[in-house]
Amino acid sequence: MSSLKQNNNKPPVEDSDVSGTQEYITVMIANQLFGLPILEVQDVFMPETITSVPLSSFEIEGVLNLRGRIVTAINMRRRLGVSEDSENSEIMAVGIEYKSESYGLIIDDVGEVLNLNMKEFEANPVNLDPKWAQVSAGVFRMEKQLLVILDVKKVLDVLHLQAA
Amino acid sequence: MDDLLSEFLTETVESLDVVDVELVRFEKDPNNKDILGNIFRLVHTIKGTCGFLGLPRLEALAHAGETLMGKYRDGAPVTTDGVTIILKSLDAIKDILAELAENEAEPVGNDDGLIAQLHILSEGKELTDASEVAASGQSKVEAAATSVKASDGEIDDSSAIKIVERELKPGEVTLDDLEAAFLSAPGPDDIETPAADTATTEDTPPPMEASPETNEATPTANNDEINSKRDKALTPQSIRVNVDTLEQLMTMVSELVLTRNQLLEILRRQGDNEFKVPLQRLSNVTAELQEGVMKTRMQPIGNAWQKLPRIIRDLANDLDKKIDLEMIGADTELDRQVLEMIKDPLTHMVRNSADHGLESTAERIAAGKSEIGKVKLSAYHEGGHIIIEIKDDGRGLNTEKIKQKILLNKLATEEELSQMTENQIHKHIFAAGFSTADVVTSVSGRGVGMDVVRTNIEVIGGNVDLVSVTGKGSTFKIKIPLTLAIVSALIVGVNDHRYAIPQLAVVELVRAHGDSEHRIEKINNSRVLRLRNKLLPLIRLDDILELERIIVPTDGEAAAEIDDNLEENGFIVVIQVGPQTFGIVVDKVFDTEEIVVKPKSALLRTIDMFSGNTILGDGSVIMIIDPNGMANHISNEMADTQAAEEEEETKKENYAEQTTSMLMFKAGGDEPKAVPLSLVTRLEEINVKDIEPSAGRDLVQYRGQLMPLLYVEGHNEMRESGRQPVLVFSDDDRSMGLVVDEILDIIETPLNIEIMVPQPGILGSALIRGQATEIMDVGYYLPQAFDDWFERREQGDKFKQKRLLLVDDSAFFRNMLSPVLSAAGYDVITAENPIEALKLLRGQDSDFDIIVSDIEMPEMDGFMFAETINNDEALKDLPIVALSSHISPGAIERGREVGFYDYVAKFDREGLVTALKETLEVKGEAA
Repeated sequence: MSSLKQNNNKPPVEDSDVSGTQEYITVMIANQLFGLPILEVQDVFMPETITSVPLSSFEIEGVLNLRGRIVTAINMRRRLGVSEDSENSEIMAVGIEYKSESYGLIIDDVGEVLNLNMKEFEANPVNLDPKWAQVSAGVFRMEKQLLVILDVKKVLDVLHLQAA
Repeated sequence: MDDLLSEFLTETVESLDVVDVELVRFEKDPNNKDILGNIFRLVHTIKGTCGFLGLPRLEALAHAGETLMGKYRDGAPVTTDGVTIILKSLDAIKDILAELAENEAEPVGNDDGLIAQLHILSEGKELTDASEVAASGQSKVEAAATSVKASDGEIDDSSAIKIVERELKPGEVTLDDLEAAFLSAPGPDDIETPAADTATTEDTPPPMEASPETNEATPTANNDEINSKRDKALTPQSIRVNVDTLEQLMTMVSELVLTRNQLLEILRRQGDNEFKVPLQRLSNVTAELQEGVMKTRMQPIGNAWQKLPRIIRDLANDLDKKIDLEMIGADTELDRQVLEMIKDPLTHMVRNSADHGLESTAERIAAGKSEIGKVKLSAYHEGGHIIIEIKDDGRGLNTEKIKQKILLNKLATEEELSQMTENQIHKHIFAAGFSTADVVTSVSGRGVGMDVVRTNIEVIGGNVDLVSVTGKGSTFKIKIPLTLAIVSALIVGVNDHRYAIPQLAVVELVRAHGDSEHRIEKINNSRVLRLRNKLLPLIRLDDILELERIIVPTDGEAAAEIDDNLEENGFIVVIQVGPQTFGIVVDKVFDTEEIVVKPKSALLRTIDMFSGNTILGDGSVIMIIDPNGMANHISNEMADTQAAEEEEETKKENYAEQTTSMLMFKAGGDEPKAVPLSLVTRLEEINVKDIEPSAGRDLVQYRGQLMPLLYVEGHNEMRESGRQPVLVFSDDDRSMGLVVDEILDIIETPLNIEIMVPQPGILGSALIRGQATEIMDVGYYLPQAFDDWFERREQGDKFKQKRLLLVDDSAFFRNMLSPVLSAAGYDVITAENPIEALKLLRGQDSDFDIIVSDIEMPEMDGFMFAETINNDEALKDLPIVALSSHISPGAIERGREVGFYDYVAKFDREGLVTALKETLEVKGEAA
């Protein structure tokens, strides 16, 4: 976690021009690599006890206590509509603050921080599963694999819609 | 010291500190309007408050200063003289305030010299040096000299005792340290701020002996001494702390508590060791710290009431009424933030009650009431809310006057008024710009009051209600949710889940036991408990929260066994919410804990069963049950268990099914008929005598127009006399009445049209409340009333029929909308789901002009459907309009994102037709 924090000291994204680079934290969900803009990520943690919330939407795993704050945990596998069986026994979560509330995206694993060239970025392919397209901001063509960028706003906003 | 005065001093000193800073900036930049504006406002506030507190000298000075600053603000050139004199008047104000703090009275004398100078400057003239010197000298000497007199007699015993008794407000900090600093500071020997040294004030009021001596010296003393005295007297008695800081402190303390708990747990497991004693000390300190931090946030509501007796007293004098103010529950604790928010509304409402509510003494005597009017203010907890009631025994609200005002302000029509209950009419006083006072008094009646009150209360998630009885008085009830507040909660468990129930809502706990008198019994499927000769309705917590039972029963027998297990050994938490009492059946009852309610996240806000969540001592998060939400649920359940069960069954059959409000009525025959409530404009009763037959049909005058009346196909007929219920359907300026025999009910029900009847005017039959009900096809009747009902809309397109694809999973809507859309001139083809629709669109006969699609559909929803179409090269130009029963800004935005041209509510028939026409027009223009 501390190593992530340090990376925040690097020049912020705004300074890099459009053709420049941006930093992403990679996470693994159902064997697919995803990226989150580093500035949106507050921390990475291992959720201990998650309290389920009856009557809530399917994607909401529950609520948990993260250092005195109540965090709403969202199961990203469910959000993406993929199977929930994870080989990992320990789950990880990415902490995000959105509209001054704390959310935790539950993922399989956290990877590394990547500095990616915007030249390799492109919009979602048209045949992307609509459930994925809903939450994805676009894709990076990396050498060995593809990195799907998660749009935090969309991940949480659509939930708002369903809850409404 | 008078609390009002001390508060004024604290505030003013703070303001003056700001002014000092601002003035320095002002001097450098005399033409900066913002700075001047700031200073002006502060001085204005001081002036206003002085008038209220009866401090004429201060008021006069502030007023003169304000006038000059007003001139500058309006653009008069700022001179150095002007700045100097403003600075001087502020110094003079500080001097006076210093005296006030010490002696609780303004020094006698005046500041005529200064004021005169201010006036000269305001008039745009120049000052002479002489007058300036004279004036400043005069005021200083006077201020100091007169204070001697003032301090001699002004402090009496009662005020001294008051000081001793005055408790620190949360947010204020005891100033022991500051006091110590005072005592050690150099300066005039014995001047003590009255509040700082309570011990001395108890014996004898010390300023009496001490201050004359010092004050006598003052005229000759140098400036430093005056300054030090001023500073000391005006040192604030409390420190304002940012709420965020407190909030953060609170979070940290919670963390500390959790860590302590973990440590204690480890200690328990390890038995005695050297950590035990220090850990216990840590534990105690932590507990005290927690309590202390909690306290900083909580304030008794009495703090917001402090000013009220004085206000009422003054009001009574002004209005020449006799008013008795009774205050109950002043120690009810409130979060300070909430308290700040309700302070002003409360004051306003109490004033209103005293001014408008209570009659004059003469009127009261004439009405046979006691001549002393009563205003009763009470605060208490109820069902996890804090309730504040303001009750007067005055004349009550004048319904007629409010009606007139409603009409005058065009808030409702006369007809709408006639349908309203008295209470509904009364509620209009919360509308903006509403005042029924004939005369605008200085006290109230400006019409800005009650809507501001309501807004302020709603901001903190509360609501305000009123009950008024003519001649008996009015009661206002403010309900504030406990969010932010600390409550004691009962922790209960069901199926290994824990929930908190606010203790305030819990009346008692009953242990259910199969053999004992406390046995859960069933009437049909409703559970009840005999409790002290009364039946208590029960609800299982796992049912109401739709939790899965731990063991899924394989057959009926096993299910019964498991049911019995909970019901034979469970606990019943008896809850009271307002007048309603019910029991919640749970597995376990743990203990009570003091919890800080934290608001739910936006994603959970729609679940009304929970009022918030909290972190327990062991660090886990639990949901707090909202007894009000539960009461709403249970009363619905009780009202119609059967309907609920049916709903449940339909739910199982079709999870995505939406419920629809249906209006049930009888028209010819005994079987009920129904029509979606949202299609009906209003329900009317018309007098049979008013019906005028014309050209083979019946007409009635309705809202200045002739409205045709239609009868349900081949069935009912008009009554011979009396009043006949009529359903009115309106479209633009046209109305049509459908004559029915009897209006039965309005039911919220999922709609499944099961049997299609080949009969005009009927869409089909549906099972509503277990009874076959015919669903009326309004689309059939509308063209009968006006031949051109639909046609007139599409005159332009008469010759070119547009092909429309309607996608909706509900047969009911397909059947309802098809005729409507056909009548509007479209060639309608329907599809049951997007997949079928896509097949049609990609098939041979795919020449569609527009698509209308539902949003909530199983498998593929409307958003996905629109996206798919948008991404399809061949189809992406095809306009698509969304149809949904849920219209929220978010949904509309999302709809636009995925490519919907428009978003229409499901029952907005007119809106749909218009939207279609507009969409096609825009499309046509673009092409």
